[in-house]
Amino acid sequence: MNRKLVSAALAVLAIVLIYALNRHRGPAPALKITSTEHPFAPDFSLQQLSGQSLTLSSYRGKVVLLDFWATWCVPCREEIPHFVELQDKYRQQGLQIIGVSMDDGPEPVRDFYREFKMNYPVVMGDAKTGELYGGVLGLPIAFVIGRDGRIYAKHIGATDVAVFEKEFAGLL
Amino acid sequence: MTLPKNRQIILTLAAPILLASPLFALQASLIPSSRLINPEALVKILQSTKGEKPLVLQVGPHVLYAQAHIPGSEYVGPVSSPNGLEQLRKRVESLPKKKFIVIYCGCCPWNHCPNVKPADDALQAMGFTNVKVLYIANNFGADWVDKGYPTAKGD
Repeated sequence: MNRKLVSAALAVLAIVLIYALNRHRGPAPALKITSTEHPFAPDFSLQQLSGQSLTLSSYRGKVVLLDFWATWCVPCREEIPHFVELQDKYRQQGLQIIGVSMDDGPEPVRDFYREFKMNYPVVMGDAKTGELYGGVLGLPIAFVIGRDGRIYAKHIGATDVAVFEKEFAGLL
Repeated sequence: MTLPKNRQIILTLAAPILLASPLFALQASLIPSSRLINPEALVKILQSTKGEKPLVLQVGPHVLYAQAHIPGSEYVGPVSSPNGLEQLRKRVESLPKKKFIVIYCGCCPWNHCPNVKPADDALQAMGFTNVKVLYIANNFGADWVDKGYPTAKGD
């Protein structure tokens, strides 16, 4: 009798756990970035336009500007030419820009890449990647990641180049 | 053949307007304020036990909807694309023209959103008379999720 009770209790517990883990959760936990709090940038492996995989942690030792964008995002289209210039200007000093496209598919991204002569890798992002970064619920959003892999700044919306250059000066 | 001077002047003045007109067609800022509803007001309507509940349609990118959306809202897709526009038309074509509908996006700052104005225009053209566009000033994250309004995720 006791064994039956224990089995029944375990079965109920399992059902409750399965329900709790699969119900609609709230928004992704925010990445808290302040002047003194610098969380590690969540690692990911995503496919580039070339088909090759790109893993963020392989860029440890470089300063990374991680830009979430999309071809349909007007402020992104205004910002990206400046990113192309920044990549050329600071490449030798160790800057690596990585674009994470939130488009539904790669075809418009490939056209955009060619049209805008992008000179840094672009990977295809998704909702899961957005959630890793606290929810990418509007574009563009850019993260500045130091050589140690920690996030030092987050920028929501198109951001003046001078702001990024000031941040790079402290990290490169 | 050289055009008369007055026609040259007219064309010179009209050309930039004509070239820019497709851009104006997308501008959410052109939606009259009488057709807008702010997030706080929509939350009150959704949480009220009285009154008609609107059909809430997300007319923006799927990656945004999957991460966070208004509970009970339906995903239509970016109406700036022909496919999204077609999906919107299919979803509403059998509805009564007085149906209370709210459309929203939240992909970008309001003046840059490519989706809400085409969606609003399409619903007006189809004869819907009770449509509101959710005014999202910055993006869905800042103006809805971060304000603590009800949110669901997934498809």
